[in-house]
Order: sequence, then structure tokens, then C-alpha cells
Amino acid sequence: MEYFLQQLINGLTLGSIYGLIAIGYTMVYGIIGMINFAHGDVFMVGAFLALIAFLMLVALGVTAVPLALFLVLLIAMALTALYGWTVERMAYRPLRHSFRLAPLISAIGMSIVLQNYVQIVQGARVKPLPPLIQGGYTLLDRNGFAVGLSNVQIAIVVITLALMLVFSWLVANTRLGRDMRACEQDLKMASLVGVDIDRTISLTFVIGAALAAVAGIMDLLYYGVIDFYIGFVAGVKAFTAAVLGGIGSLPGAMVGGLLIGLIETFWSAYFSIEYKDVAAFSVLVIVLIFLPTGILGRPEIEKV
Amino acid sequence: MRGSRIIRVKPVLDLRAALKNAVVAAATAFGLFALLIGIRTDQGPSGGLELTPRFGTLGILVAIAFVGGLLRGILFGERRIHIAPRLPAAATAVLDRVGRMFAPALLAFALAVPILFYHDRYILDLSIQILTYVMLGWGLNIVVGLAGLLDLGYVAFYAVGAYSYALIATNFGLSFWMCLPISGILACFWGVLLGFPVLRLRGDYLAIVTLAFGEIIRLVLINWQSVTGGPNGVPGIPRPSFFGIPFNAEEGGFAATFGLEYSATYRIVFLFYVILALALLTNWVTIRLRRLPIGRAWEALREDEIACRSLGINTTNVKLTAFAMGAMFGGFAGSFFATRQGFISPESFTFSESALVLAIVVLGGMGSQLGVVIAATVMLGGFELFREFAQYRMLVFGLAMVAIMVWRPRGLIATRSPSVFLERRKGIEPGLVREERG
Repeated sequence: MEYFLQQLINGLTLGSIYGLIAIGYTMVYGIIGMINFAHGDVFMVGAFLALIAFLMLVALGVTAVPLALFLVLLIAMALTALYGWTVERMAYRPLRHSFRLAPLISAIGMSIVLQNYVQIVQGARVKPLPPLIQGGYTLLDRNGFAVGLSNVQIAIVVITLALMLVFSWLVANTRLGRDMRACEQDLKMASLVGVDIDRTISLTFVIGAALAAVAGIMDLLYYGVIDFYIGFVAGVKAFTAAVLGGIGSLPGAMVGGLLIGLIETFWSAYFSIEYKDVAAFSVLVIVLIFLPTGILGRPEIEKV
Repeated sequence: MRGSRIIRVKPVLDLRAALKNAVVAAATAFGLFALLIGIRTDQGPSGGLELTPRFGTLGILVAIAFVGGLLRGILFGERRIHIAPRLPAAATAVLDRVGRMFAPALLAFALAVPILFYHDRYILDLSIQILTYVMLGWGLNIVVGLAGLLDLGYVAFYAVGAYSYALIATNFGLSFWMCLPISGILACFWGVLLGFPVLRLRGDYLAIVTLAFGEIIRLVLINWQSVTGGPNGVPGIPRPSFFGIPFNAEEGGFAATFGLEYSATYRIVFLFYVILALALLTNWVTIRLRRLPIGRAWEALREDEIACRSLGINTTNVKLTAFAMGAMFGGFAGSFFATRQGFISPESFTFSESALVLAIVVLGGMGSQLGVVIAATVMLGGFELFREFAQYRMLVFGLAMVAIMVWRPRGLIATRSPSVFLERRKGIEPGLVREERG
């Protein structure tokens, strides 16, 4: 029971990170119907930017952890958003009227570019960071097995919840959110009624990248090491989360993320840790075959 | 935007706008590169990360972005009309004619390579490698180019072929020529097994599922240590024999049997012709299949799936055959790879391998057989030429994939040769080919 509870906490933490990345996939898919394959790598870039920003701040003498974290959050979100914007501008926007697979192929190219770019400029070795947020609570201590809830985990879940609330409000109540929903329903019609679709799509990428940056920071804080390859696996898992929750649906992305996090953690805990990625990938295949619209998604209607 | 004429708009020289453009470009470059390039993190002796500033490189990149933005502003001005870069029809026609002579010439050259470069082991090895990728490219071309299914896990079938041969040969002692069809069939079987449930999916979902499948195969190869040897791979895979005559210096060896002086090159030359024959087989089968109803169904499916379905084509079966065919040739190539290397490990079957083969098909022009050859030669030859920049190679080909999609989405050889034609065969201009859009 204690073991189960501990895994539940770990799974929810991991799931929050996946959920934040999944939002980027689901938003972009909802609006322009493409899988932004490079999104996982944008997340990785976000983690690297956060790491370097943090080290810079320490070098500049900012040692108060809360202030440093806040600044890192801002810097990493802003710069990662710039990456998201640039990727969209250079690799996807010119292809908006191209054939169906073109944006996906371009996205794969972009993913390779980002991965190798980071590998070249920052080296292939893993980057460690000493734990910044220390301490935690012991929830339960029975039979010599303590169920811990660390402050990092609390921070991750709280920040994720806060961002989700802000983001849902943004989509539901602002001009930008209305534009986004209009674009999601019908891109051409939205442009006819005066929505600047280029700008909306750009901002979608920017927001997605900023959320991915937050996920990157969380990943950095939670695991303490990053390397240039983390984006690939995390990207596929977050995409799985988006599909599981129903692609195009924002709450779905979060639900899917949590489920994938739980599945992965429990699989590692009760079956085999070697096959945890296999489990996540298998979930993707199974979901796509048996539940292609996901848990909260709407069925896609093909019109001729 | 897909009209047959190129629209040219005379740019207006506007220095202020150009300057603004340059400043934006420079600022973007600064934002992008300031942290990642401007500062390098290295693990110090104490285990913590140490920072090394690289402001020089950063400055150069920002300056390049500024000049680039300025030049772009001056040369092109504010141009809002999309211009499709495309060769004029006359040039395409000439290229088409040259292209038709080019293929036989290339084939003759390929046949002559072992004679021309007999003493150059390096060239021979490189040619074998290029031909392996040509074969993989042609195999994938059936799936991506003809049937229009994006397969990101093609390397899985390559791995299935390689491991089938390696495990059967090392455990049961069957020869290469016995194992070749077996591994092809096994890969094909895996293709059907995977394809059957997933081929109902939309194009990009299919792509991700194939990617996941490729990763699953690789992870199983790494973790199923008792069978596959895990990360250590399978060593001691038997080399191919000349129809039962081994290539060694001993009594019954190839050299002794034919009364020749022993040379290690014989085996290389033999391998070269084996892979050439396998690649040509792939090509020949593809060309013949294109004329059969199934091949036409593939191409029809690529152009418009809904129309296919309304004409009564069983799209799942048609996709499945394309998938299985592609997988089978991937399996053949895999078992050739295993016998050539003598050692295989899961490291040879990563996603970047799939991406490389896909890039070859995409750059060559999806559906074009000749394009695959040119792209494979250019890419692998390019990797060898710029060996000292090896770390940049994946970066460059990622950029190339993006650039090709943006500027020439149909690839280097963009014309489509029709499978059905009236009186005489002529290339179809890329702009006239409509493909299903999302």
C-alpha cells in the first residue's frame, strides 16, 4: 500500500511534466492538423536554456533560490518561445499549402536539427545540476517504508495546475483564445471573418513552446540531469498522452499526460524498468488502434 | 498558387524596411543563440558544471543574421506573393531526356565499379554502403513514394532482417543464401503484423505508430539479452560464400578453386555484386509492380484515398501489400548488412537510420527511383567528403530535409512519370500533380 502510494505520487509528478508537453502537441494539432514532431526537442532546448540561465545567474551572484528560479522560469520561457516561433516561421509556415506529409517531414528534419544543434554546441555528455529545491514531507511511515512527498514534486504539481488554470482562462476568455478556437474550427473561415491566422498560429507555437520550457525546467529539477536526447523519448510519450486524452482537447492532454505518467511509473514499479518505454509506446499503438479519438476527443469527420 | 506560371513581382528597394528586417533577424539570432552558443557548459573537475563564454562565435552568428536580413531586404524587398521556384518546362523536358539516358549509364558505371576501383578498398566499401542505402531507399520508396504512407520505423524491418539472418546462421548454421529469403519473409511477416491493425490510421498517425514500433523493436533487441545478446549484439555472423565456396585462403576456398592467387578483395567484389543485384531486384520488382493493378492502386491511394475507397479499392489491403513489400526488401537489405558486417548490435538500428533512409527518399523525390540513387550517392558521398565535420552531418541533413520541403517539396527529381499514358510517355510537371492535403 505504501509502495503503491509512493508510486502514485511519482506517477502524478511525471504525468504533470508529460501533460505540459502534450498541450503543445494538442494545440498545434487542433489548429493546423499537423504533428509538431520537433516539439519534444523544443522541450529539451527549454531544459538546456534553463540550465545555462541558472548557472549564469549563479555566476552573476543571484544565489537566492526562489528569485533565481523565478528568473530562470522567465528567461527559459521567453527564449524557448522564441525557438518555437522561429521553428514555425522557418519550417512550417512556408508549407501551409503543401501536400499533406510535407509539414511532418519538415518537422522531423527540424527535430534532427535541434537535437544535433544542442549536441554540437553543448556537447553530448549529460549535464548534472545539484538539487535546488530540497526537503519534503513524510506522509506515512509504516513497516519501515516511508512515503515521501518532496518539495520538488509539490512545486511541479502546483505549477502545472496553476499554468493549466491560466491557460484555460486564456483560451476561454481572451481575444487570442477566441481566435485560436476559431482557427481550430475552420482555418479558412476564420481568416474570412478577420482572424489573423498567421499570428494566431505563431502564438500557438509560442505558448506551446513556453509550456514545454516549463516542463523542461521541471524535468531538470526533478531528475537533476539532462542531455540532448531527452526530447525524443519525452516527445513521443507526450504525443501519446495527447492522443490518449483526445488530440485537440486541452483537458484531454492533461488527463492523458497523467495517465501516461502513471502507466510508466507503475509499469517500472511492478513489472520491469527496462521495458518502461516499450510500455509507453505500446500504449500509443493500442490507443490509436482501439480508441483513435482518445478519451475526451471528438471523432474526426472527413469531408470531401 | 499552384498555377503553371511563375509570378514575379518587382521588388521595391526600401532601405528602411531592409534595415528593420536586419535588426529583427539579428535580435532573433541573439535571442536564439545567446545562451546555447554564447556559453558553453562543461563538467569541471569537481563534477559541477563550469561556464566558458564563447561570445566571439555568438557575435559572428548575430552579424551573419544581420547581414543576411539586410541582403534579403535589399534583394527581395517586401514581397507578399508566393513564388513557386520551379524549372521552366523546356528545361524540365531536356532534363527528362537526359534523365532517360542517365539511368542506363549509371547502371553501366555501377557494374564497372569493382573493375575500375579494384585496388581501392575504400571506394569499394563506400560503394557497397551506398548501394545498401539505395536498396533501402527503393524499398521505402514503395511505401512512401508509391503508396504515400509515411513510415518512420523502416529500420525495424532492416533490423528484423539482420537479426533473422544473424540468429539463424549462428544458431542453426544455415547459409546466407538460405537465410536471405527467410529473413525477407520474416520481415514481410512483421510488416503485415504491424500493418494490419495500424493501416486504418490517418497518414501522420501512421507515421508516429511506425516510429513507436521501430523503437519497440530496438528496445526489445537491447533488453532481450538471452536471445539477441542485448547491447553486445551478435558477433561472428558467417560471411557469405560463393554458392558454397568460402572466401578464404584455404584449400577449398574461392581463390584455390578457381586457380587464382588469394586476395581479400574477392569477397568485397562479390559483396558488391550481391548488393547490386539485390538493389536491382528491388528496382525491377517496383517497376513491374507499378504496372500491375496493385501498383496502380498504390499510386491512386497516394493521390486520393477517399476517391480510391469510393471506387471500391480495399484500401487496407492495398496499403498492407505496400507495407509488406517495403518490409521484405528492408529485410533483404538487413540480412545483407549482417553478413557484410559480421557483427550487429541494436546501435545500428536507431531512429536516425530510419530518418536517413527517409531523407534519401524525400530528397530524391518521393516516388522517383533515380532520385533515390542520386540522393543516396550525394548524401553518403558527402558524409565521406566532409569526414572531419562528421559531427555536423546530422545537422546538415536535418536542415536539408527542411529546405527541400520548403523549396522543392517534390524532391530533386520532381517530375512524375505516368504509369498509364497515351501514345508517348512524358513527365508530369510537379505542379500538376495533386496530392491529398490535410
